[in-house]
Amino acid sequence: MPNSTFLKFIGPSLLAMILFIALPIVSVVVQSLHVEHEQILVEVENCVPLAGCTTVTQVDNAATQALRDEQPLGRFVGLSTYLDRNHLAADAVSLAWRASDGIGDFLGRVMNLPFYKALAFTLAYTAVVTPLCLLLGLVIALGVNALPKVLKGPTIFVTLLPMIVTPLIGALVLYWMLDSRGILGTALVNLTGDPDLSLRASGTLTWLTLFAYGIWHSAPMAFIVFYAGLQSVPEETMEAAVLDGASRFERVRYVVVPHLMPLVVFVTLIQLMDNFRVLEPVVAFNSQAVATSLSFAVYNDLRGGDVPLFGSAAATSLLTIIGIGILVTPVAIRSWRDFKRRHGH
Amino acid sequence: MASRAMRRSGAATTISILFLVIWLIAAAFPFLWTLWGSFKVQADFFSLADWKNALTGRFTEAQTGSPFTLDGYEGAWVQEEFWRNALNTLIVVVCVVAISLTFGTLGGYALARSGKRYAFVLLMVALLFRAMPHITLVSGYLLPFFEWGIWGALPTTIIVLVAINQPFTLWMLHSFFLNIPKDLDESAMVDGCTRFGAFRRVIVPVMWPGVITTGLFSFLLAYNDFAVTAVLLSQQNQTMVPRIAAFLGSTQNEGNVMFAVASVVSATVPLFLLVLFFQRQIVSGLTAGAVKG
Repeated sequence: MPNSTFLKFIGPSLLAMILFIALPIVSVVVQSLHVEHEQILVEVENCVPLAGCTTVTQVDNAATQALRDEQPLGRFVGLSTYLDRNHLAADAVSLAWRASDGIGDFLGRVMNLPFYKALAFTLAYTAVVTPLCLLLGLVIALGVNALPKVLKGPTIFVTLLPMIVTPLIGALVLYWMLDSRGILGTALVNLTGDPDLSLRASGTLTWLTLFAYGIWHSAPMAFIVFYAGLQSVPEETMEAAVLDGASRFERVRYVVVPHLMPLVVFVTLIQLMDNFRVLEPVVAFNSQAVATSLSFAVYNDLRGGDVPLFGSAAATSLLTIIGIGILVTPVAIRSWRDFKRRHGH
Repeated sequence: MASRAMRRSGAATTISILFLVIWLIAAAFPFLWTLWGSFKVQADFFSLADWKNALTGRFTEAQTGSPFTLDGYEGAWVQEEFWRNALNTLIVVVCVVAISLTFGTLGGYALARSGKRYAFVLLMVALLFRAMPHITLVSGYLLPFFEWGIWGALPTTIIVLVAINQPFTLWMLHSFFLNIPKDLDESAMVDGCTRFGAFRRVIVPVMWPGVITTGLFSFLLAYNDFAVTAVLLSQQNQTMVPRIAAFLGSTQNEGNVMFAVASVVSATVPLFLLVLFFQRQIVSGLTAGAVKG
């Protein structure tokens, strides 16, 4: 296909991606180097009859608004947003390092800083949910594969639901059940015999339920991909393994899993991308006090206050993008090699 | 019925089936429970005293005279005008799917037929774009959109969702077009068609299975989105998902959490029907992307 024809065909799609994916990243970089103008203060003499005059400092709303309208980006501050208390918190971290006695104490102090708190949960969520959803997906796929044909359709239907349903809705449905007055919340209290056990009170419980939501939501995707892979497991290898006396577990371990390996890499890549951006469950569980994510920090900067904090949101965004880059690169390289090998270059 | 599976190995199969049953309960029960509870009053949906109230509807009967009530639905759809949000969702979803597929089929076709190195590079860049968390992109849009005065409008959100959707659409349609034999359109070009003519006369008639599958995923992305719609739409243009989130902020205090429950159930129904009718396409779509690479 000649280059000009290619360009005509790909044009609309490419333009959309450049305008609304590539340029926004540039915009994020620029915004992160700026910060909103401070309020302009004026000294006003306030005279009350008989009491005399006092000078008070007031916000000059008109002038502040005019300045903000004129330069919506704010003033240039370089990298200082990145280093402030709400982001990398360079000062607070070095202070914590000097003040702490031991690595545990240091980490404990750092975890109180907003950015590190969000980073810790985001990483923990990604690290727990990704492997467990792969495992759960594989086990469900093996189970469904062994079912008689009539049962497969309905089973797949039900299995797809947690993935298809809107993440915010899925998280809300679970949250309502886990509420201290919901069916699961009450059951939990009865089981443990601890009447004070509730999502609101327990940080650990919140983390665990958010992980559970993540696995519940992501496992169907892994299931579908593995289930398709299972349909092409080489018959001869399987029969040979049976003849050699391999147990069911050994057959899975030495025949099925190696066959599914390229799919495992693919699902891992997609799951890392999706889990690292976790946002909806934090919103639905209203859990930002104990469990918050990087995406939620950006969302909160943009929507939480009266005025959007563009600089702060942009800095967190860029740090998130760097994070996802570090996380995904090894898997991406691996799948790229697979891709090249399969296409015989 | 399960005799063939049973014969293979007894204990392992039993465990596997038991596990599957537990999973199916975990996957379906939350939705059934919420559906049932949406016809109750709040005192039953969140029953502090006895969880069985949610089943029997004790307070619902006391308050409304019947164990089932449509109060939640009435409050959400009529009083809070949730239908406006449903209408906005319909507009956004239809437009996003239509535009995404138009852009995506053209682009995917070009990527599948190019054979040049830059086509491969472009696919890799698309994968990189796929990795971008949506909220980080949104934080890039917000200030310029405010400045240009296009914040809050439905078309802005539609085009943003189309763009965010493109990487995935391109990947899927690209791998789909790779499976349509090259000879088909090339012989049409030998017969005197231009590239676009060949695409329109030969490829378009046979591309529908792939387009439908890809369209389903575009639908899901637009329908399920929270990050983009919650930040980029003004209040009167809100779609269903951000509106549900807004319900929680405002109405939970007023004791009208049942509005949120009713709207959650309402918003789930179309998805439920989607899986019911298009299960095979969804499964084949997810696997096509992975297995064929």
